[in-house]
Amino acid sequence: MKTDDLIAMLAQGEVAVPADTRKRRYAIALSTSALVTALLMVMTLGVRPDIATAAQLPMFWAKLAFTLALAISAFWVIERLARPGVKLGWTPMAVFGAVAMVWVMAAIALFNAQAGDRASLIFGQTWIACPAAIATLSVPAFIAVFWALRGLAPTRLRLSGAAAGLLAGGVGAAVYSFHCYEMAAPFLATWYVLGIAIPAMIGAALGPRFLRW
Amino acid sequence: MSASEERLRGLLMRGLAGEATAYHAFLKELTAHLRAFLRGRLTRLPDEVEDLVQETLLAIHNQRHTYDATQPLTAWVHAIARYKLIDALRRRGAREALNDPLNDELEIFAASDIEPDDARRDLGRLLEQLPIRQRLPIVHMKLEGLSVTETARLLGMSESAVKVGVHRGLKALAAMIGRNDENR
Repeated sequence: MKTDDLIAMLAQGEVAVPADTRKRRYAIALSTSALVTALLMVMTLGVRPDIATAAQLPMFWAKLAFTLALAISAFWVIERLARPGVKLGWTPMAVFGAVAMVWVMAAIALFNAQAGDRASLIFGQTWIACPAAIATLSVPAFIAVFWALRGLAPTRLRLSGAAAGLLAGGVGAAVYSFHCYEMAAPFLATWYVLGIAIPAMIGAALGPRFLRW
Repeated sequence: MSASEERLRGLLMRGLAGEATAYHAFLKELTAHLRAFLRGRLTRLPDEVEDLVQETLLAIHNQRHTYDATQPLTAWVHAIARYKLIDALRRRGAREALNDPLNDELEIFAASDIEPDDARRDLGRLLEQLPIRQRLPIVHMKLEGLSVTETARLLGMSESAVKVGVHRGLKALAAMIGRNDENR
């Protein structure tokens, strides 16, 4: 086929693209996967029984705010990565900012605690289960965000995969926080961050292979 | 902002709104820029230039929904051309064949070349390998110029299935190029 014929073929007939194509793709991916993740959590782990009292504690909301802040800032990064030629600008700093914030909170809590209490602030009761649970709960969003990106045009595949994993980890952790009764910032700063980092690393490994176009 | 940027951007925006003639003019002019850009960077693989021009055109068409009206068109086109160039070189295991750094995005519209070589890879033949539900909608709508309604009636498919077939078929064609080159 000659190039002129290819041009004629591509420009033939309906060439219009709805202006909200990208938005719709993200909306479908994120709403569906958030719903599936919530169902998965409710059916397997269950919402913590004392949710009504927990919801009155600031730390419950701080946990949710941290995980959502990571998810939202990862989304900002992805949204730029998915459009060729758009610079990332300040968006990666938002991701690091969210993590830095929770690390500062953890450092303050550890600094103010008695020496003997520090280990329990970090390990809590559930440190063994937490990272694996968050990583597992991130699977639906992981698949959904990869699907969304496959319909867009990321040119930095490893970074896009990592950001997709980070977003999925944030969604998984946000949902997990309704089950988890750990309330110490050092716990959050260690095990939540680790749980979110797992899908991010897997995303970085899978990006070059699955996001090619 | 260069005159080419402004004119091409205007054509693309009209194309994205559904004006096929404007879109045709956009692709036509863009092709000359892509050819000059790629020819300048593939001096050791001159036979590959036209293939890569076609591959990049197909990519630009398939990903046209990722262009944001607030963004310079040069940056968008350059990023896609660069991605396709690096990808093609990697497939050939010939990254060193690239003899020019790729960082100046303004360069993409700087030169223009309307003299094509022959493409070595025949997209028409690759098209024949597509599954029938993608191939026939493309043949009738994109090659013979039938409307969606006419194609749907002719093939006994719904109108949305016809549109999906064209869309998926052109994406599959782009994916086949990658596999085809890897095996050669």
